[in-house]
Amino acid sequence: MSTYTSATDADRRAMLDAIGVASVEELFADVPAALRLGRPLALPAGMAEQEVYEHLKELAGRNVSCEDEISFLGAGMYDHYVPSLIDTLTSRSEFLTPYTPYQPEISQGGLQVMFEYQTAISELTGLPVSNASVYEGPSAVGAAAYLAKLTNGRPRVLASRGVHPHSRETLTTLARGYGQTVEEVPLRDGATDLEALTAALSDDVSAVVLQQPNFLGAVEDVAALTAAAKAVGAIVICACDPIPLGVLEPPGAQGVDIAVGEGQTLGNRLDFGGPSFGFFAAAQEHIRKLPGRIAGETVDVDGKRGFVLTLQTREQHIRREKATSNICTAQALNALAGVVYLGWLGRQGLVELGELLLQRTAYAREALCAIEGVEPLHEQPVVREFALRLPGVDVDAVVERLAAEGINAGYRLGRTYPEHADGLLVALTERRTRAQIDRFAEALAGALAAERGAAPAGVGA
Amino acid sequence: MTPAAPTAPADDQRTIYERSQPGRRAFVAPALDVPARPLDELLPARLRRSAPARLPEVSEPELVRHYHRLSKRNFDLDTGFYPLGSCTMKHNPKLHERVAALPGNARLHPLQDERRAQGALELMWNLQEALGEIAGLPHVSLQPSAGSHGELAGVLLTRAYHEDRGEHRTKVLTPDTAHGTNPATVTMAGYEVVKVGTNADGGVDVDDLRAKADEQVACLMLTNPSTLGLFDPNIAEIAEIVHGVGATLYYDGANLNAIMGITRPGDMGFDIVHFNLHKSFTQPHGGGGPGAGPIAVSERIEPYLPRPQVIRREDDEGAAFLLDEERPKSIGKLRGFQGNYGVFVRSYAYIRSLGAEGLREASEVAVLNANYLLALLKRAGVAEYLPVAYDRLCMHEFVLSGAPMKRELGIRTLDLAKRLLDFGVHPPTVYFPLLVDEALLIEPTETETKETLERFAEIVAAILREAAEDPEIARNAPYSTPVRRLDEARAAKQPVIRQPL
Repeated sequence: MSTYTSATDADRRAMLDAIGVASVEELFADVPAALRLGRPLALPAGMAEQEVYEHLKELAGRNVSCEDEISFLGAGMYDHYVPSLIDTLTSRSEFLTPYTPYQPEISQGGLQVMFEYQTAISELTGLPVSNASVYEGPSAVGAAAYLAKLTNGRPRVLASRGVHPHSRETLTTLARGYGQTVEEVPLRDGATDLEALTAALSDDVSAVVLQQPNFLGAVEDVAALTAAAKAVGAIVICACDPIPLGVLEPPGAQGVDIAVGEGQTLGNRLDFGGPSFGFFAAAQEHIRKLPGRIAGETVDVDGKRGFVLTLQTREQHIRREKATSNICTAQALNALAGVVYLGWLGRQGLVELGELLLQRTAYAREALCAIEGVEPLHEQPVVREFALRLPGVDVDAVVERLAAEGINAGYRLGRTYPEHADGLLVALTERRTRAQIDRFAEALAGALAAERGAAPAGVGA
Repeated sequence: MTPAAPTAPADDQRTIYERSQPGRRAFVAPALDVPARPLDELLPARLRRSAPARLPEVSEPELVRHYHRLSKRNFDLDTGFYPLGSCTMKHNPKLHERVAALPGNARLHPLQDERRAQGALELMWNLQEALGEIAGLPHVSLQPSAGSHGELAGVLLTRAYHEDRGEHRTKVLTPDTAHGTNPATVTMAGYEVVKVGTNADGGVDVDDLRAKADEQVACLMLTNPSTLGLFDPNIAEIAEIVHGVGATLYYDGANLNAIMGITRPGDMGFDIVHFNLHKSFTQPHGGGGPGAGPIAVSERIEPYLPRPQVIRREDDEGAAFLLDEERPKSIGKLRGFQGNYGVFVRSYAYIRSLGAEGLREASEVAVLNANYLLALLKRAGVAEYLPVAYDRLCMHEFVLSGAPMKRELGIRTLDLAKRLLDFGVHPPTVYFPLLVDEALLIEPTETETKETLERFAEIVAAILREAAEDPEIARNAPYSTPVRRLDEARAAKQPVIRQPL
């Protein structure tokens, strides 16, 4: 058993004497006898570090990770390369082990990181104000709609069907609490239907939620959608995949009021879904309603530059029930990885990475759509992800055949889009080479041929 | 001749943007291995970015040095004592970083087919089981991202529970000692906050509770031990009152570190509990996250738990672990994917390292350390200026009031906290809980040695002696930190929250 404590028997005796009690038991005198557990917790006995390591290694060994297969799975999290320097920096105790910086004099490192991060997110999104992070992408969408509710008090939220299903579900869960209803705006040829949006808009719409690129990989005409929403005074929220923002017009330049998103691709591991971070940026007028921590620049008594947590009258520890959010602990370490990653990419690198993704994705889309039995699900422009149709075959069975060859073919759209039961969402990162794309195309052609020649649809391989 | 004093501005005050030089870079893109096509064909010009994000342009060595040096401007738990009350700053075992980084964890995609993520799902299921046993409540959702997210889950579960029975309640009760996240959560979940008073012993004022508990009350949110570090011995009666009006009882698990293996929220009558895995279960706090805030609930709340739930199914081929999305009464999702899995790995490793006996010992020593430190502070003559707010045995933390110190010595709690920085210890939580004047909330945790506690008591006594002679020293502290007292008013009045470029 490991303990991480240091109280020896001699220590305990001395400490109890100093306290003036005879036993540790006496320290718990306030706990009524009837409420004492009176037995050991039914948990396995503790183990030595070596044994715990072996157990955890055995469990991890039963997962098939992106280390073990060629993965084209995305749908919200992506297997980008995490540069070594991020491991080095985020594992430093000085970043890893402090609490939220309540004492700024001894937290300048973390506070300056937040300030630099806020600057990077502001640049990326083209919006002037950013907080220091929220939990992750989908809850950031919910937090943005709450800001809209606090701002205009209107009852309806319209969310494009192109917004990640997890974001729409999270939004619906949270909105039920703060009293808004969420309605869906349909897609047409893979992109948000502007006519349907316009028809649904009225002056009781609090916010319109978009995603760029949307869940099906399509690049939305955010400017046109935003203009329609603003005509009725709705607040426009856009959930953005940050890497494509190297090549896509930023939300701030398209009239978006609040840009949020999943930050995982910025230097964070997949980690089976978390921890990552959510980013949250907004137009200037919302600065005093943002959720969460914000670092600001100031000076100390000697006139030396320094950073503090600021605008705290928004926050729960000051305003309590009148706070603009209940968030306390967020994702500071993950946001650190994010700003280091953006510094590593740099001004040119972000664009180069985006352009590489554009080229390879176009190549992959063309190569896969050239296969008999594969059709594009939509014709919209894409950056790093695209949707296919595999009409007439059991997509699950095809995916299984590819898995047997060490290829993760992507996300089966039927999992969340019943109207696209034959859909497959394919994602790329810079780790996927032309050779891997070619291998995928070859394997997919083989799997489709085998599937058509094999059992009728519905019987898996 | 004496060399001239350096005049260049201190290099350690520059930001990464101020180190940027056009043309410098760290990143090299992988070679373009597909036929290059004109960008206009791939993405219409009107959708393309017209001006690049003004990210820094620096080389890798400069990038590493910049953030390495920034890290040295932080105080951290591996450097010294961190008795920040209510935050449970216990040691973060280093094994946890190693196991979380195993590729089978770190590079596992959250949408990987369940059959190819069995190790991860089994780990999550095991953690659910363990947390349920520790809480004394049978059903656990790991999904919430942090304590306040768990609170929100809990209040939304409460709403779903009442609405499913056709009841529309409007109020949630919170003690006046509650963490700020409690009332903030209540508002976000669409309820009105009603405060319940504190009795002379630091517990819930049961008469006040009885007066306010009516059929409009959806829930009472409570932490026990309270934020005063005191176990409320009336908890059974409190539960009876709350349940008597049909409301739920919510346990804020921020203070769970005092009671692991000793008593369980479920046995006290709580319906919903959240855990802060970044407090009692050693997830490093990261300077403000990541954390995780799993919840455990009773049978009657179970149908409403978030989607998905990890379940275990036994068949001919053995046990299989699945993500169950088919939960018709569920409140839905609270976030993307399954939760902060990397945090689950660390906390699971911790629970397997300590086992039942080790968890109980952790709580016992946490309480022993807190009481010892309290005794030391009394003995060192500190009590005259910093009396304990409620003079009884404490649990894992305790509250001192700096009011006499302010009156007699002319230094405030803030000054004491700032002077502590010069001695290389992190100050306790200050000015919380709100009902104690000039409060200091001190939580030493179980992983500190007796000697560390003794040194801390000596430092506090020394600062008070120093203040008796010259209060200006503390009033102007700190002196030895990277920066000194900062102008927070200016930061709020003219906010500069990004670098002008």
